[in-house]
Amino acid sequence: MHGLKRELTLEIVFKKVLSLSAIFIIVLILSIFLTLIFNSLPSLKAFGLKFFYGKTWDPVFNKFGALPFLVGTILTSFLALIISLPFSFSISIFLGEYFREGRISSFLKSLIELLAGIPSIIYGFWGLFVLAPLMRIVQMKLGFTPYGVGILTASIILSIMIIPYSASIGREVIELVPSEIKEAAYSLGATKSEVIRKIILPYASSGIISGIILSLGRALGETMAVTMVIGNSNVLPKNIFSPSNTMASVIANEFAEATGDLYLSALVEIGLFLFLVTFVVNLVGRYIIKRYTAV
Amino acid sequence: MERKIYIRILKDRLFKIFIILFSFLSTLPLFFILFHLIKNGISSLSFEFLFNLPKPVGEKGGGIANAIVGTFILILVSSFLSIPIGVSAGIYLSENKNKKLSNVVSMLVDILQGVPSIVLGIIAYLWVVRPMGRFSALSGGVALAIMMLPVIIKSTEETINLIPESLKEASLSLGVPYYKTFLLVILPAGLSGVLTGILLGISRIAGETAPLLFTAFGNPYMNLNIFKPIESLPHLIYNYAKSPFPEWHQKAWAASFILILIVFTLNILSKLVVKRWKVRF
Repeated sequence: MHGLKRELTLEIVFKKVLSLSAIFIIVLILSIFLTLIFNSLPSLKAFGLKFFYGKTWDPVFNKFGALPFLVGTILTSFLALIISLPFSFSISIFLGEYFREGRISSFLKSLIELLAGIPSIIYGFWGLFVLAPLMRIVQMKLGFTPYGVGILTASIILSIMIIPYSASIGREVIELVPSEIKEAAYSLGATKSEVIRKIILPYASSGIISGIILSLGRALGETMAVTMVIGNSNVLPKNIFSPSNTMASVIANEFAEATGDLYLSALVEIGLFLFLVTFVVNLVGRYIIKRYTAV
Repeated sequence: MERKIYIRILKDRLFKIFIILFSFLSTLPLFFILFHLIKNGISSLSFEFLFNLPKPVGEKGGGIANAIVGTFILILVSSFLSIPIGVSAGIYLSENKNKKLSNVVSMLVDILQGVPSIVLGIIAYLWVVRPMGRFSALSGGVALAIMMLPVIIKSTEETINLIPESLKEASLSLGVPYYKTFLLVILPAGLSGVLTGILLGISRIAGETAPLLFTAFGNPYMNLNIFKPIESLPHLIYNYAKSPFPEWHQKAWAASFILILIVFTLNILSKLVVKRWKVRF
């Protein structure tokens, strides 16, 4: 009888531990959010909305406007998305339709997985010492100031980094297209490329869009690779070759050296904004993909 | 009519060529990166490089022993913090599928996976570094642990979903209490999946730099104390790459080579675990 009681207590403890660890996740996210808000209060109070359209970022005079970083982030992320599109699109179709199984498919899959496994610091390092000198030559030929580092260099590195991610989502949604509608098209005499362009892509479009949105979330928050090749300049970029800074890279560069409460708080506010933007982007992406896979 | 069909077939061929060409073009960076890492890194690799401490610029020799040890300590600390919570949250999610709480948690885990690592660095700084008054391996471990959590939770949940109800019911029908059924029957059956998740989580953080910049901070000396700043491989690469000295760049290449070896080994290891001990019923 005594043993049974002990078992019962242990049973309750076990179940409590399980639910507590689930609740812990909620508490964790909430406290991340609240910590960010609380610590960016000084900056929120001092600058208000001006924080987002102020052009000067000057720690010496305690003037903080984050517009250059917003522009830098948007430019690098969207350029990276555009550059990566033809590649991730091709891989998705290659693995999702042309070669679903077999040696070539698993060969390409392993290569892409290796590409996804490379740490971002190595992408940045390689970009700084191999890609940037190449970009310098290109810029010289085109008549721009040859910095080498800059928005376009960062976008190219970033696009290489997001290709595996968007390609894997793209492959999954393309594989989900029911074979009946494909076969119907073939039976009407459509060629494979016509089936892909007129049947598969329209059917999978919402899934593909959510893949693009989720890769955008990746690109927005990527830090190290971008920090190393973007040139770290806190003024508004003039063209896509100019050095710039993203929200993530300015935090990486200045956080450890931020002296003064307002300076630190301004950087935390950028972090808060980054958190909220990626939060929304991920939420929307997951929502669309869930609706797509539920059908 | 004839001509139109030829054009359609031609278009079909061209489309396929385009797809194959661009698919393999996108793997080119992998070969370029590996080529440069091997070409520039291998010449500086030696026993001395792996087992010695760094030396100041200008002095010959010196290694990265502190960074290798530091990386392993950071991995240990973050595993210690994240594995227990991750595994039990994963079990909760798979056991309570239709509860409101688990829907919310499941969504938050997805969100957590998307939080930029640099933001988690800020959090670890505000939670650990500022109250303690100094940079420490512990704070770096906290940031990395939050990064590992979603990976571990997801793979634990998916693994346990794969284990058939009949196994659980058989155990319960013999009068084995729920918690013992779980710890002694279900979890061992799904061990490989849980292990894979842990390995994937570790490979996600092994190369992570951003949250360490202002938490673990870096340290040119050997340090085993988790309450003090600690060096790590990715952070050392960042520092050496930014420096103006060519011999340090050389060392950064060699350190990158070691780092990529570690990360790829972890990836391959997790694949082998999946292959050898796949959860199959």
